[in-house]
Amino acid sequence: MSGIDVRGLRVVIGERTVVDDVSLRVAPGECLAIVGESGAGKSMIAHALLGLTPDVATVTARRISVDGIELRDADEAAWRAVRGARIALVSQDALVSLDPFRRIGREIEEPLEIHSRASAPDRKRLAQAALESAAMPDAASRMRAYPHELSGGLRQRALIASALVTAPALIIADEPTTALDATVQQRILQLLRSIVDAGTGLVIITHDLAAAAHLADRIAVVQAGAIVECGPAARMLAAPQHAHTRELVDAWRVRPANRPERVDAPVLVAEGLTKTFAGAGRVVDDVSLTLHRGATLGVAGESGSGKTTLARLLMGIETPDAGAVRLGEMRWNPAPESARRPARRRIQLVHQNPRAAFDPRWSIGRSIAEALGAGGVPRRDRAAAVTRALEQVELDPALARRRPGQLSGGQRQRAAIARALAARPDVLVLDEPVSALDASVQVTILALLERLQRETGVAMLLISHDLRVLAAVADDVLVMREGRVVEAGATARVFAEPRHPFTRALLDAASLDADAPGPG
Amino acid sequence: MSARGMELARDSRGTPRRGMRRTQPRGGARTLPARMGLVLASVVLLVIMGMAIAPALFTGFDPLATNLPAALSPPSIEHPFGTDQTGRDVYARVVYGARSSMAIGIGAAGGAALAGLLLGILVGLAPRPVGTAAMRGVDVVLAFPEFLLALVVVAILGPGAFTIALAVTLAAIPVYIRLARAHTVTLRQAEHVESAMLLGIPRAIVVARHVVPAVAGSVSVLATIGVGSAIIASAGLSFLGLGPTEPTPEWGLMMSGGRNVLGQAWWIAVFPGLTVMATVISLSVLGRALRRRAEGRAT
Repeated sequence: MSGIDVRGLRVVIGERTVVDDVSLRVAPGECLAIVGESGAGKSMIAHALLGLTPDVATVTARRISVDGIELRDADEAAWRAVRGARIALVSQDALVSLDPFRRIGREIEEPLEIHSRASAPDRKRLAQAALESAAMPDAASRMRAYPHELSGGLRQRALIASALVTAPALIIADEPTTALDATVQQRILQLLRSIVDAGTGLVIITHDLAAAAHLADRIAVVQAGAIVECGPAARMLAAPQHAHTRELVDAWRVRPANRPERVDAPVLVAEGLTKTFAGAGRVVDDVSLTLHRGATLGVAGESGSGKTTLARLLMGIETPDAGAVRLGEMRWNPAPESARRPARRRIQLVHQNPRAAFDPRWSIGRSIAEALGAGGVPRRDRAAAVTRALEQVELDPALARRRPGQLSGGQRQRAAIARALAARPDVLVLDEPVSALDASVQVTILALLERLQRETGVAMLLISHDLRVLAAVADDVLVMREGRVVEAGATARVFAEPRHPFTRALLDAASLDADAPGPG
Repeated sequence: MSARGMELARDSRGTPRRGMRRTQPRGGARTLPARMGLVLASVVLLVIMGMAIAPALFTGFDPLATNLPAALSPPSIEHPFGTDQTGRDVYARVVYGARSSMAIGIGAAGGAALAGLLLGILVGLAPRPVGTAAMRGVDVVLAFPEFLLALVVVAILGPGAFTIALAVTLAAIPVYIRLARAHTVTLRQAEHVESAMLLGIPRAIVVARHVVPAVAGSVSVLATIGVGSAIIASAGLSFLGLGPTEPTPEWGLMMSGGRNVLGQAWWIAVFPGLTVMATVISLSVLGRALRRRAEGRAT
């Protein structure tokens, strides 16, 4: 048959079975999404479909048939004839996958040089046609562009064009939209869907259920190397059967939490903050916000919307061109650093990358002890306080002796939160605190943040591009775009009746409802 | 896509890895031969250090005692490295020469590393324009070979054992400044350093806690290899007659003394030369192993 047909695929590395008895079929014009958390074995399945498993892996299958060719016992030469011609790969990070020294046109022509006898002018024509079918604006002139001259979305289109150019029967896309902003993501997903509708089979590997919902006909959920559930996309999302599928779907639902209305004293007030960088223009433009004790304010926006600069202004790392920040009764920014230093511990930052808080040479315990010192804990009490701090974030106190590199991502983020709280701050600024983590780990970290807030009354400013995260914990949200606040209000209201079209577009992109209109 | 597929599947060394990173043991030597090389290098260095500390344990001969009847005897059981023009035992002179070579090597590399560390951190912490200007100066000095710089210093200060040590030290400093400064600039922007500042800890303390130890680590690794270069440089200067004078046992000086009789008595120059080689290669092997370990720790 045409399309791809795999039966009983098994990949074993050493003693470990990383892909366990996986069977899947994708017909031309059909899209299958393989969904799972990191380490579930999704990528290994994709690599096995391309004959690109590592040397140390043993691959067995009853059948691996690609476009009618049996490849179960194929050698490298046989795979090479198929790869790029009948089955093509679109990888995650277009910046890494495109040769920085080669023009886009040459890059796209390459599969033709290998797999076809087309003459040079023909190759050029076909490459440009592929770029056009990847909906690259201004394709003719973009043929001569270098990867760095293109935006992330356009680079992804170039990569898709290089997969399309040989008219393969099947495309495997490994996290094709993960590195992109929500609105750009939507456009790439629409493009992939149109390619599928034109008759190509597509396997998309993703951890993003919303992407799968918008694109796929069928969804296969992978856990520990095995497919635990597979079925039509709409059914899988509406009525998941397997416990793990339910877990993933639950973690993904955008559901504003019902949080009690309570207004305490404002602890952080910013008025009319504006910051201009040479070359980048006005990155933060007239932003005002108020943060109350015991409450959480969410800041939503895409990359380049000024979220991180806003955080740095609030932290007193950058000085605003106009406007001011007050921390409690204190004039915080602009203010001389010498005046600010004694109060620094009152506002703490949790980075996106939880490694950031820790000196790589120090043990976790020593780093937390340093923060405890800043919070005024005397030296002799610190060892006991480190244990309490780790217990507070539900970590084993024995981890205090480990180096940051020896913890998992989730453990590190918990430790980073413990360190930030060890200084006993009034305000916690969290810059994309969970975006590097798996969905199920995200849920536990967010629950932890809520509990800690109830216990300590710390005010939180949570920055995220991910509306699900904000929905889960924020009392109020600000939506930022190009440095400006386009919408602000109580979370439940903003999610139920978004007023600004940009907010609506973000909500649609995150929705699991495949019929939600994408942003224009 | 096969060509791109292969590109994707190559790691930085260009060996195919087919979509996955091969696991590497953390730090240290990776393969069995490399590990044996490391063991061998450590043994050589231990022996040389032993010679430097207690030379009498390694030979019963006096390095200065002449014995004209036995002059220019080839290697034998009694004189494993043979004897020189005045009948002195070459092996004993190699053993006693270890002290001055190792002292100059360790002293020069250590002194240069320390000076480079301090200057490099200062330059790295200075405001950008100041740091950049200072580095242009360092670049100018770096453009000259280390040995040439040392030669210039000796030319100014006059020959002698101490001048050589000083000359080799001064010539080696710029490399350490460059390394220390680069590492400091990276750390200065590192998020964990920023995190410490955000706790309200004064800058000087943050630098002392989080910057100096990390930079000192990478500088000390380079200094291990630097000991080797310092030994070569000092032996080279002695060879040119700018260092200690006869009858002091010194490797470079011994090579110089044997060079005119290389045809009849090759052992006089060759054995000190081999000793310098073995020492420097061993230091280099050890230094690389240390660097791999340090890199393994940093990531």
